[in-house]
Amino acid sequence: MVTDTGGIDDRSFNASAYLGEQNAKKDLGVQIKYLSSTSANDYSPNVDAFVNQKCGLIVTVGFLMGDITQTKAATNPTQKFAIVDYSYSPAINNVLGLTYQTNQDGFLGGYLAAGMSKTGAVGTFGGINIPTVTIYMDGFAAGVYYYNKQHSAKVKVLGWNPATQNGSFSGDFTSQDKGQAIANTEMQQGADVIFPVAGNVGLGAAAAVQANGKATMEWVDTDGCVSAPQYCSLFITSVNKGIAASVEAAIKAAADGSFAGGNYVGTLANGGVGLAPYHNFDSKIPSALKTELDTIKQGIIGGSISVDPKAWQSYAAA
Amino acid sequence: MSENPDQKPGRNRAAAARDVIQSVIAPQSSIWSSVLVVVLAFVTALVVSAVFIVVSDPNVIQAPDLLTALNVAWQDVSGAYGGLLTGALGDPSTIIAKLSSGDAKVAASAFYPLSETVVAAAPLVFTGLAVALGFRAGLFNIGGEGQVIAGGLAAGFVGFSVHGLTGFVELPLALLAGFLVGMLWGFIPGLLKARTGAHEVITTIMLNYVAIYLTYYFLNTTLFQRPGRTDPISKVVDSAAMLPSLAALNLRVHAGALLAVAVAVAVYFLLWRTTLGFEFRAVGANPDASRAAGIGVGRVIVVAMSLSGGLAGLAGANIILGVQYSVTPGFSSGLGFDGITVALLGRGNPVGVVAAALLFGGLRAGAVQMQAATSTPVDIVQVIEALVIMFVAAPALIRAIFRLRAVRGIGAPTVSPGWGG
Repeated sequence: MVTDTGGIDDRSFNASAYLGEQNAKKDLGVQIKYLSSTSANDYSPNVDAFVNQKCGLIVTVGFLMGDITQTKAATNPTQKFAIVDYSYSPAINNVLGLTYQTNQDGFLGGYLAAGMSKTGAVGTFGGINIPTVTIYMDGFAAGVYYYNKQHSAKVKVLGWNPATQNGSFSGDFTSQDKGQAIANTEMQQGADVIFPVAGNVGLGAAAAVQANGKATMEWVDTDGCVSAPQYCSLFITSVNKGIAASVEAAIKAAADGSFAGGNYVGTLANGGVGLAPYHNFDSKIPSALKTELDTIKQGIIGGSISVDPKAWQSYAAA
Repeated sequence: MSENPDQKPGRNRAAAARDVIQSVIAPQSSIWSSVLVVVLAFVTALVVSAVFIVVSDPNVIQAPDLLTALNVAWQDVSGAYGGLLTGALGDPSTIIAKLSSGDAKVAASAFYPLSETVVAAAPLVFTGLAVALGFRAGLFNIGGEGQVIAGGLAAGFVGFSVHGLTGFVELPLALLAGFLVGMLWGFIPGLLKARTGAHEVITTIMLNYVAIYLTYYFLNTTLFQRPGRTDPISKVVDSAAMLPSLAALNLRVHAGALLAVAVAVAVYFLLWRTTLGFEFRAVGANPDASRAAGIGVGRVIVVAMSLSGGLAGLAGANIILGVQYSVTPGFSSGLGFDGITVALLGRGNPVGVVAAALLFGGLRAGAVQMQAATSTPVDIVQVIEALVIMFVAAPALIRAIFRLRAVRGIGAPTVSPGWGG
């Protein structure tokens, strides 16, 4: 596995992919190795190193490695690859692109955040303005708008404007101080639920939320109570992305010979994305809200509820 | 030396000038003792790092008896350093097998490790030269990072926005752009120092941040950003602007390495065979005496900082036009700071800089292989590098450890005189 610059302990997508590899090691007994990239300059030599080691499957992690994976797959047509957060059109027959419709569970997260907000404002921010980040924020905003429609409420979304596709970004996935600054700014503007979509940067936001005392937050990618247990008491829920399960599935396929290139899309329907358990908030979330979330989930799966923020844009609070 | 102090204006200051001459052309400390200290520092660093490798392996600590622990420790260290070596140079038996395969591509793949070493070393040569040139003139250019970024941004911009030229025109044009904008990034602190006395360490560090955030800004403008992308990534440079490489043989090595050697020769010539270079060294040795001897110290500072920035800018151009082909944030990946290390290790001498860059390039290339093969974290290489520098910077320590006789003048080369210097 070649990670992006966050490294395997980013408590986010790199960590999830590595967890998938570790699970595969445990369940299937395969040998696993990883290389961390410290900058984009490392992508190519890192992939080459594993090609030279004749690995059964090379997992590259992250949207930013999309181009290099395509290039290496073309020069090494017999080498199998899987890439997290990227899909190819047309599909490449030795690359399995793993993508996730995180706007679906982001929608649920947004709805829940709006329902739990006492101040009438919720905040989000991203690491870098790339599709894999903003898809969460789009879903989150759409969920809040939908809540406004259902409850004739006026909950505001800070940090992301789906119409202009712009908002607050820390600029990387590592600087916790920036996460703290952005979360503080959003809380000063009235937000009391913060949803960072920025890997380790979110830990800075968690520190800010903890210091604030009244605000809460939602974690991203993995169950925050597992990946960042020190802040578990702050997390209403986590907006999950089933990277670990799909990476393990890809490794299993490569090991038993059933590997096929193409694209896998994780959805609420196939369990590839979803909300984590509510943990400490289980008793604090009104049961009516929980029931609504279940109904909405079925609505999204069935296609009757759109997760596109444009569909509900008119319910955005001014 | 072509310079004769008595031909300078102000004969009454000849005595002071003669001091400068003496300090500049005084016989260099024996090259060999210098090399010996570096080699011994490297060996010491490897030994100390081996301790880190051993203690970081739980299997050693949990071993049932001493013999097992020693055995595991030996396997850890030999595996890690073996991986480092084969990753940097290649494994002899594999090389022979591949060379005798008869297939051109397979034969070429025998040189993959060497190619990676050279690819990693080339930009370090430029930034190392940049810092070394500054050292010689008594300037501590800590802004290599910003100059690399500025140069790479400019080279990339020419590479993807100028079209319809042949490689013979566009590539030099892009390289020149990188050099000139890098120069600008060095010129500003140079001018500030010459005119206002602002210390170059402060101003160059600040310009690093300017370059980093300008990159984010530019990469989000339509002028730079790749169509269809929302993240900060530039368009791809034209093939006419790319440094020719052996990509056809699946090797990443490119013409930037030749350019690096040529530039190292040029810097050597500049420093030791030209009047300007003499002035650099004179100012570096003693600015007051140089001024007394009629050298325009302010002018020398501005020119030296500009050239230093230009060299670092070439490192950026080298990365963008030779390896990455498009600009992304963080493409400089610490090259400017690594240049300081390379310049120190190379004793501020262009030949030494090339050697030091190759050594560090080998460590970088080898580290990937080391982790891929033995799961020793690549970070251990950073530890080795840091320790090498620490020991090189403290030659007395090395001499004490290895009981070498003290040699006069073996200390650091003419390094910046420090704060307020």
